[in-house]
Amino acid sequence: MPIGSVPPKYKVTIDKDLCMLCERCIENCPYGTFRREGNKIQIFSRACTGCHRCIAMCPRDAISLQEKPIDYRSHPVWSREAREAIYNQAQTGKIVLTGMGNALNVPQIFDRLLLDACQVTNPSIDPLREPMELRTYIGKKPRKLTIDKTPEGDIDLVTKLAPNLKCETPIMIAHMSYGAISLNAQLSLARGAAEEKTFMGTGEGGLHESLYPYQDNMIVQIASGRFGVDIDYLERGAAIEIKIGQGAKPGIGGHLPGEKVDESVSKTRMIPPFSDAISPAPHHDIYSIEDLSQLVRSLKEATEWKKPVFVKIAAVHNVAAIAAGIARSSADAVVIDGFRGGTGTAPRVFRDHVGIPIEAAIAAVDAKLNEQGIRNEVSVIASGGIRDSADVTKAIALGADSVYIGTAALVSLGCRVCGNCYRGLCPWGIATQREDLTARIDPDIMYKNVSNLIHGWTLEISELMGAAGINSIESLRGNRDRLRGYMLDENILSVLDVKTVGADV
Amino acid sequence: MKMCGIISVIDKKKNPMDGTAVREALSIMNERGNGEGSGYAVYGAFPEFADYYAIHVFYDDLIGPKTAVEEELEKVGTIKHDEEIPTFEQPNLKKRHIPWRYFFQPNVSALGTTASEEDILVYLMKKVNTTIPGALIYSTGKNIAIFKAAGWPEDVANFYRIQDYEGYIWLSHNRYPTNTAGWWGGAHPFNLLDWSVVHNGEITSYGTNKRYLEGNGYVCTMHTDTEVVAYLTDLLQRQHELPPELAFKALAPPFWDEIDRMPEKERELNTALRMTYGPAMMNGPFAIVVASSEGIAGITDRIKLRPLVAAEKGDRLYLSSEEAAIHVMEPSPDRVWMPRAGEPVIGRVY
Amino acid sequence: MMKKTLTIDAKGMHYTPLNKEIRAAIKDGVTEIILENINGQRFIGNGLRGKDLTIIINGVPGGDLCMFMSGPTCIVHANAEHAPGNTMDRGKIYIHGTAGDAVAHSMRGGEVYVRDSIGYRGGIHMKEYKDKCPVLVVGEYARAFLGEYMAGGILIVLGRGKDQPPVDERGVGTGIHGGELYIRGEVPDHLLGIGAEKKPFTEDDREKIRPYIEKYCREFGVDEPELFSDEYVHIGPSSARPFAGKYCWE
Repeated sequence: MPIGSVPPKYKVTIDKDLCMLCERCIENCPYGTFRREGNKIQIFSRACTGCHRCIAMCPRDAISLQEKPIDYRSHPVWSREAREAIYNQAQTGKIVLTGMGNALNVPQIFDRLLLDACQVTNPSIDPLREPMELRTYIGKKPRKLTIDKTPEGDIDLVTKLAPNLKCETPIMIAHMSYGAISLNAQLSLARGAAEEKTFMGTGEGGLHESLYPYQDNMIVQIASGRFGVDIDYLERGAAIEIKIGQGAKPGIGGHLPGEKVDESVSKTRMIPPFSDAISPAPHHDIYSIEDLSQLVRSLKEATEWKKPVFVKIAAVHNVAAIAAGIARSSADAVVIDGFRGGTGTAPRVFRDHVGIPIEAAIAAVDAKLNEQGIRNEVSVIASGGIRDSADVTKAIALGADSVYIGTAALVSLGCRVCGNCYRGLCPWGIATQREDLTARIDPDIMYKNVSNLIHGWTLEISELMGAAGINSIESLRGNRDRLRGYMLDENILSVLDVKTVGADV
Repeated sequence: MKMCGIISVIDKKKNPMDGTAVREALSIMNERGNGEGSGYAVYGAFPEFADYYAIHVFYDDLIGPKTAVEEELEKVGTIKHDEEIPTFEQPNLKKRHIPWRYFFQPNVSALGTTASEEDILVYLMKKVNTTIPGALIYSTGKNIAIFKAAGWPEDVANFYRIQDYEGYIWLSHNRYPTNTAGWWGGAHPFNLLDWSVVHNGEITSYGTNKRYLEGNGYVCTMHTDTEVVAYLTDLLQRQHELPPELAFKALAPPFWDEIDRMPEKERELNTALRMTYGPAMMNGPFAIVVASSEGIAGITDRIKLRPLVAAEKGDRLYLSSEEAAIHVMEPSPDRVWMPRAGEPVIGRVY
Repeated sequence: MMKKTLTIDAKGMHYTPLNKEIRAAIKDGVTEIILENINGQRFIGNGLRGKDLTIIINGVPGGDLCMFMSGPTCIVHANAEHAPGNTMDRGKIYIHGTAGDAVAHSMRGGEVYVRDSIGYRGGIHMKEYKDKCPVLVVGEYARAFLGEYMAGGILIVLGRGKDQPPVDERGVGTGIHGGELYIRGEVPDHLLGIGAEKKPFTEDDREKIRPYIEKYCREFGVDEPELFSDEYVHIGPSSARPFAGKYCWE
């Protein structure tokens, strides 16, 4: 059933006056866009993914890239993506897979929330000179403290605190597994996180032994596939996270294709080489909330109640009630992942259409937990489309304790968000296991990018807090009075419990 | 709620003091107010009804709201005595509300649930202030009188003739409101049960504190940040039974780097305090004085953005925004000092 | 010049008529003004010019004492409140007692002497330019954020407190980018703020602060030779631009 080819997505050109025929573009493009023919670089634009590796590496800035050089007849309903998915499925009869997060042009609620600053009635605080506290404890907190007063007037603490993660910034790095990303990428992220005294998730692919030096800053994940999970793995992590769902693809499982399962991945995941690593949609020991509670306790028993246990869910419609259920188990933190969350691979229909935005999810979860009087007893970690320090600040003001960043952390390693992660040929050495490609990341250098990013954001959060007259992050958390909604409708404002711009205190 | 003046005094032997001196002292800080709100609290004001809760209500008129409030009171207890609070109109202070006081005995079984007397009072305050237009309960403590209005300190003092009242604790406040101008209910002191609060500053963590309190069953109805201090004090000291030193420390805790340098036991306690009571921590500039029948305590924010001066003379402890105000009440104090940031100064009755 | 004294009983007076009387007296050739029964009046000596004038205050003056003052001398026989010497240009203030927060805030020139202790943010943002170099001398101790943002001038803490170290709170010299602090006694490193560092205390330093300590001793009748011979902790800026490395361009 030939319907011809779809127009190329990109057009690559080389300025011949500038090109010095160094062939770096050829070396750098794993997709075969370039080849040498005599005194000329030949270009096959159809192979291009828009990853910018060639552009970044060209010493002469000779390469130009045009997106959608030939577009379809414009139409407000029948977008290019809609039409091309049909051509694709008409030819294959299959599910369309995509990479990265939600690609629909949906409104970003974060961009329509504005932060507050002090003028006259209270002084802003200068974080350059005065203390600004971003330390965040993730884990269970007591409802109240019980103390004993000794006859000498000393105060003895009776309440025993549950183990918590101590983060010096509210920014953590999201779970991205070995297999989905390269070991060098993981190493860079882990060292960057440790440098900034925060934490990073292992993802569900186990913990490679070269990451052991950073294990005190790593949260080990246990997902439905239980890859790489043994008691040793659980004990190594600073905390354990049960992954129920993911914002990019709520309700479905994961699938790491066999070709990505090389010797090292196989060893870390504890599965045979080159076999598919399949994570079922649900955990088959959790069919209900009380089963979740079982698994939480089982993990705690196994690790002698020394590790906080988190539960990660995708932000779905009923997220608030689910989170409240989780909070009432022995779980120490709830992770909610919004529908803009990233992924290596997800079916297009899921990535773009299932779940709700993280902003609304945070607000709803925070409100529900508060209504039940247990908000401060459990931590809320938000993720899914956090792009900068302003997003982090707004997420906390809406009620999150901290955030996970995934895509942003990869971008700090060079990722250009081209969305071809599932092809396993990531030219930036991130979403690939091909040795020549993963060698493009030197963890001893690239960790600094990760640490710089977290550091820079942390400074910016301090400045935003200081401007709002707040010198400790717990006074920002859930402080929705310091947010105003700009061009948001009344319903969303009411869910967010945020007043409109111009409203009085 | 910005630049306000505070003066308060306790006689630790409970010797009564009338309101004359406090009126003079507060007036000296007129520069700190703008004539839109002043108020006084006095403990030990009603010895003849000392065992009854003195419920103070502002009525907008005596037609509708008063009957409605009394119906609510009678549903959950007994009114022993009630009276209009005597007032005397001043050239600059008209009677915009009718202040009324009830001496009230709650019936703990009235709600049908397990409830203490205090719970009934909290219930009543919530019920009246959120459902009866034209009525505002602004004080519920035993043996405590609150006098407040939108006006200059001396006008409010003369409006209520506070010199006619005696007590062993006086709290007073001169307000420069920025958020609820001219509203009588917005004037300090704020009271809840045995707690009364005066406050200078603006609480930048109000949203967080308010949510935390809502999660613990309180409802903020006064449209101003100060009431959270009263509720937080009630939650931490009455409900959670923390000693005052610790409860105040939760509101203005040490910095983490300071905690990290503490000896182990102290470090654990302070870490636990911050982790447990993070949402109770008050941020932004403030100096507050909180009174209960047991004593008074003054504290500033932890980076000292508002002033507070303390002085002692014999059995009396004074806490004020300015030393000059203390000199009006006590020309030769034994000791005058500036408390450290975030460190409560507490004066207890013997 | 002939000394001419005027005494004003300021009991119950508002600061505006009080300052008016002071200005009228200066026009009249008065060189010494004694203010009796001061209690809480702000802005005394605010914006006054001239060198040959001394104001003696009996009682507690209110905040912003001698703000913008350029030349006169003011002696307070009591404690002072918030920010005496605020943005002062020239002249001297002697306080026979303690002072509140933000003493000598943004002072550009002149000298402030406090016999006892001061509150928070003492000497915040003092600055010097050409021949103007502000000096703050504190007798006993100071609280947190001492010399915050300091851009110039000399801040001396004599540490005469009986049971109080000269400073035991955080943020000493935080954000300092000019000027010097000299503190007699110990200052643990963890109390130093961002951009502040300890420097050697040299004989030149000792000579530099000597005249101010002498004036302190003379005014307050203090005879403690150790104030001249003891070691001082000398704190200055690590750079004139301590935060230059914090930003990057878009």
